[in-house]
Parts: sequence; structure tokens; C-alpha cells
Amino acid sequence: MVHMSVVPPDDRGGATVPGNRYQPVRVGTDLGTLLRAAGRGDEAAFSALYDASSARIFGLVLRVVRDRAQSEEVTQEVFLDIWRKSARFDPALGSPLSWMMTIAHRKSVDRVRSAEASSRRETVYEAKSQERSYDVTAEAAERNINRERVRRAMGSLTDTQRGAVELAYFGGYTHTEVATMLDLPLGTAKTRIRDGLIRLRDTLGLQS
Amino acid sequence: MNVDTHGLSGAYAVDALTDEERAAFEAHMSTCAECPEETQGLRAAATELTYLTEVAPPAALKSAVMRDIKAVRPLPPVQDMPPAQDEPEAQPRPVTSIADAGRHRRRNPVSWLLAAAAAAILAIGGLTAWHPWDRGTSQTQVSATQQVLHAKDAQRVAKTLPQGATATVVRSKSLGKAVIITDNLPPAPAGKAYELWFQTPRGTMDPAGLMPRDSQPSQPVLLKGDAASAIAVGITIEPATGSDSPTTPPIAVLKLA
Repeated sequence: MVHMSVVPPDDRGGATVPGNRYQPVRVGTDLGTLLRAAGRGDEAAFSALYDASSARIFGLVLRVVRDRAQSEEVTQEVFLDIWRKSARFDPALGSPLSWMMTIAHRKSVDRVRSAEASSRRETVYEAKSQERSYDVTAEAAERNINRERVRRAMGSLTDTQRGAVELAYFGGYTHTEVATMLDLPLGTAKTRIRDGLIRLRDTLGLQS
Repeated sequence: MNVDTHGLSGAYAVDALTDEERAAFEAHMSTCAECPEETQGLRAAATELTYLTEVAPPAALKSAVMRDIKAVRPLPPVQDMPPAQDEPEAQPRPVTSIADAGRHRRRNPVSWLLAAAAAAILAIGGLTAWHPWDRGTSQTQVSATQQVLHAKDAQRVAKTLPQGATATVVRSKSLGKAVIITDNLPPAPAGKAYELWFQTPRGTMDPAGLMPRDSQPSQPVLLKGDAASAIAVGITIEPATGSDSPTTPPIAVLKLA
């Protein structure tokens, strides 16, 4: 019962994505354009989309899921999902990256909330989540600037707001769990999360 | 406006709600003038946080992803709501017609939100997760399947099959049930069907039902029989009427812990 064979190839024909018949999209194009092109089956555009977003996505998944092997698995699922749903991205509902990160975060949270995964995750130490990519690419400097900017914005939150946002977003905990962990009166953690995110949004100058 | 529910926007934006709360919030959002926009802004803020956690994935992951997508057809853009037969017959209809709201979606996003939220609420216990980009799947899948998916002791095993198909089994020992979700699984050959199996601790294979031929991608299928003691779930290709025991090598075996 361990052997696994391939689904007969003659049944695969209809499911194969045809090659890109549209104008190729170059690297450097904005994510929305790449996403739209991916929705038309443009693999080159998707490749550029991957390059532009994979460190953000994998980093978040790794932070939430913690276990490296599981994080790679989840990230793979996330990108497959993005590819599949790319034509359904609606710019009226947010930025492309925000849409992609929402998929990534949700899948990560789903993974850690299943009992099996969470028990396994206890055994994997925090050290994994400390990893950072100290690469020396051209974008590294810009990344550092962005990281600093966000770190400063987080610094403008109260300790409780920051703790609540971090436990919810990076920890994958529900607001009631966050309340218990931070010793907050029941029902107030959700307010701290909301206040914290509003402060973050406003400090970063994002439109509401 | 329910002030309490309104206050969940932040927790909603970072997935810090239980399924019940999420359903309630989505229902509220459909009638709230501020929440959709607020949620969007808070999600954007949360997205910025990922500057703090950037880690480049291993190069092999990109190869795997690029290989996977070759076998997956992107979904078409959303044109309309799912057909009427997706709605459970026994449920009362919402005041606003889902189908009508769907047709007006481009012109009026609020009515679309209302319709989607109404559909989510139709699910028994409000357990159905809803995402704006997820409308291709049934929003009204209910009961036993949802109970398994949201069980406290749900175990989840996922496997990527050759050519990019994926299978995920979720099993709840306390409920004694399991659910399988497949994505991009090609249709079974003519006259054949995918049959599901529970492998027992004794090593025997108990039939657990057939995958419906017309099942939607990502739609969970409840396995038949007792899942509590199963040690694995297998999938084989069998005659369309099913077999009593596997007659072909499995295309996938998902081991349960």
C-alpha cells in the first residue's frame, strides 16, 4: 500500500495549461498586471510574480507555521492557489500583495490550528522562525528601509496593542486566546488588535 | 449596527476569529457602511508586517511551484453566482436573491457582499468559511463535512500527487469521520471512478465510497464508514460502480497519524 503510480497521462490532456499566447510580461511589471497575466495562463508572468513575492510569503508562512518542511508545503499550496485564482483577484478589494498575503496567512493559520500540526509544532523550536534572509541583492537595501519603517511603526503601538497584533498575526491565535495569553479582560483583545492595526495603518500612511 | 460585531474587523483582518465569529462578522460586513473598507485597510497594514519576516524560500520550491502550475488551469474570472442547485433545498431563501445579487456584483459590490454573506449564513451553524476569491466552491456545504473540517481534533494530511493534483484528508477521531479534498484531480477514465479506501490497522482495505464524478475542485467529500481507527486513506481507480477491494495500485495513500 505504499506504491503510488501516476494518473494515466491520457487523462491529463484537458487539464494542461496552454502556452502563453499573449504578450509576455517582463520582470518589473507591477503585481496586478502580473496577476492578471497569470490568470490568462502566462507562466512567465507567474514566475516574475513568484520572484517578487516569495520571500514575503514564505517568511510569513514560516513565522506562523514554524516548521520548515511544513512551511515549504504550505507555501507551495499558497502559490498553486494564487495561480488557480489569479483571474479572480479583484483590485477593488485590495492590493495584489495584500490578496496574496491573505491567502498565505489563512492557509498558515489553518495549518497550525489543526490539532496534529499544533502538537508537532511544539516540538520544533523557535530558532527556525528567527531565520532571515540577509541577502546582498540590489533590493536588500530597500528591504531594510521598509523593515525599519515597519519596525518603527510597530514601536508606536502600545505594548498591549503590539503584543495582541503579533500574537494574532504571527502566532495565528484567536483573539480570545490572545486575551488569555495577555491577561486581558475577555473581549478586549479584539479591540487591541483593531486599535493596533489602525495605528499601524495610519502611521504607515496607508489608505483605509 | 451591532457595535460588538463591528469591533471584530481587526481580528477578522488577521484571521483571529473562530468560524462562528467569522460568519457573524461577514454577515455584519454586508450591511455595514464602513467595515469592508476598514477591513481592507487593516489587511493592508498587516501585509506591511511581512517586511519583518522575509525569508527567501529554497530554490527547489520555485521549481516545484512552476512544475505544479503546468498541470493546473487557472479558474475563469467570476461571472455569476453558482447555479441554484448548489443551494440546500431545505433552507429558507434570504430576502435578497443570491442569483440576482451575483449578476449585479460588478455594479454594486455591496449587494454582492450581502449575497455572499447570506450564503455563508445559510450554512448550518455558520461554519462555512467565505472568501471573496473563493466563490467557485460551494458556500453551502454543510453538516457532517463541516463538522469534521472544524473538529477540535481534526487531523490534516496533505499530499501533492503527480502532475500537480493535490489531496488532503481531514479526519476527526472523535467524530469517527474523514473528509477528502482534492484539487486538480483529472476526471477518472471513461467507465471508471476514483474509489476511496480506509486502511485498517490489520492492513485490510475497507471501501469508503466513490469520488463523485462531478465534484467541484476543492469541494470536500465525506468518506463512508468508520474513520476512527483507520491508519491511512487510499485512492484507486475502479470500475464506475466501485469494487469491494482495490483492483489497481493506489494513485495516492495518505497516512493518518
